Amino acid sequence: MSLDADTVRRVASLARIRMEPAELARMEAELNGILGWVEQLQAVPTEGVEPMAGGGAVSLRLREDAVADGGKAEAVLANAPDREGAYFGVPKVVE
Amino acid sequence: MSYTVEGSTGAWEVVVGLEVHAQVVSESKLFSGAATAFGAEPNTQVSLVDAGFPGMLPVPNRECVAQAVRTGLGLGAEIHLWSRFDRKNYFYADLPQGYQISQYAHPVVGEGAVEIELADGARKRVGITRLHLEQDAGKSLHDQHPSKSYIDLNRSGVALMEIVSEPDMRSPEEAGAYLTKLRQIMRYLGTCDGNMDEGSLRADVNVSVRKPGEGFRTRCEVKNVNSIRFVMQAVEAEARRQVEVWEEGGTVRQETRLFDTARGVTRSMRSKEEAHDYRYFPDPDLPPLVLEQGWVEELKAALPELPDARRARYARDFGLSPYDAHVLVLEKETAAYFEEVAHGRDPKLAANWVMGDLFAALNRTRRGIENPPVSARDLGALLDLMGDGTLSGKLAKEVFEAMVETGQAPGAIVEERGLRQVTDTGAIEEAARAVLDGNAGKVAEYRGGKDKLFGFFVGQVMKAMAGKGNPALVNDVLKKLLG
Repeated sequence: MSLDADTVRRVASLARIRMEPAELARMEAELNGILGWVEQLQAVPTEGVEPMAGGGAVSLRLREDAVADGGKAEAVLANAPDREGAYFGVPKVVE
Repeated sequence: MSYTVEGSTGAWEVVVGLEVHAQVVSESKLFSGAATAFGAEPNTQVSLVDAGFPGMLPVPNRECVAQAVRTGLGLGAEIHLWSRFDRKNYFYADLPQGYQISQYAHPVVGEGAVEIELADGARKRVGITRLHLEQDAGKSLHDQHPSKSYIDLNRSGVALMEIVSEPDMRSPEEAGAYLTKLRQIMRYLGTCDGNMDEGSLRADVNVSVRKPGEGFRTRCEVKNVNSIRFVMQAVEAEARRQVEVWEEGGTVRQETRLFDTARGVTRSMRSKEEAHDYRYFPDPDLPPLVLEQGWVEELKAALPELPDARRARYARDFGLSPYDAHVLVLEKETAAYFEEVAHGRDPKLAANWVMGDLFAALNRTRRGIENPPVSARDLGALLDLMGDGTLSGKLAKEVFEAMVETGQAPGAIVEERGLRQVTDTGAIEEAARAVLDGNAGKVAEYRGGKDKLFGFFVGQVMKAMAGKGNPALVNDVLKKLLG
């Protein structure tokens, strides 16, 4: 499997990363290199082996349903590039 | 009579499937300890997990998982003991993580079904494809500033259940009935409050049309419809649009659309065109969710009685008509009210008072059953006063109106206003004699064979007694005096 320039451009756009044409060419080569390594793994026989979703055989720990957080609007907003009162301010996004 | 859209080329059938987003009832969020309560000051119910800060680890809430399992059980669905959370990647200002934690390939609940009731009394099964848990997004306010949107993350990370139906519905009515039924079941279970004004229940409506007998044609998804009425309107509007497209020789493109409630039409959401590539992958922060069969059994054993079972019980044990039973179980608060009134009393009489006088009073006072002008206890006491002969049916209506007005208990009103029914035959006889003496001409006519005058005498005696005479005794006394 290999990626063409259009696919790289599309992936970059989905990830909201701006790329100049020269960068796209370099990225295309790098991503294809990575895909090549991953392809080598396909050679490993996995017939009858259950897919693993994470490391080891751990399963999720659950927490009890209790309010133990929040009430820190200032901390939450502290790094916002723009705020309007107690809200985040963002460029208007409306359908 | 099946529903069709009439086009210039004949009748078209409508095919509808719904994806319902139901906010889970829980104290805290799906992956953080921040509160879920509605209406708090902006950004005060936000943890650093909900705000998508780097390095924060999500830890799932056991109660949210339990609520999803309860809902699955209530829908008669298969519970998956092994499920997994995935990341659904997209960018929007109300999604600070840059992805929504959802369940894609392995949802916690699999196939189930609900039975819907239609206006003509017909019943129909609608298949459930799956139910999965996911995070809600924050809320955007677009009307506060000319060039900016305001973002409040209080809702960010609240648990949602996404419930996906099979494309089994064939009309706006069926879509409305399905959403009504789903809401009813979740409200009985206490897993979603069903409050559509507060956005606790939203639906994405998938619509396609076809000629009878055909396979499915391309569907469109109408996003984020927030009332049952709008769901029905959106189905109708979108089906009409598609029929026009096909009949003009065009092709319906699979796309996401919005329902414009003011104009009653759907329109394309262009921004969603490219967003469909969500690049799902298992969330590396969250190992698989593994449930124990024993825990699921415990949840199952503790489920409350569901509306279908309750309706059947009302018909079987109380002898209520299917319609009355249906109406009384629609809202669980109404059913609880009715059961309190009916407890130890005649259930049919209780049903008549709840569905008649009480419903009328709720309408008139614009109050809901959860805040009624007359409590179930007081209405029960009123029925008891009829049962022991203190009040006639007519007086009871009068007392009920006074209860609505004053909020007082019926006993107090009876005492205060002297509304007690007169069962003293001596007093009734006295009033009756006075009436007959004052209407000697009519008495003669009656005795001459004009039987219809009996009603007139009853009316006069009741009037003389200010409506308080026991009707049966008044009848008896008059018959005796005139006989």
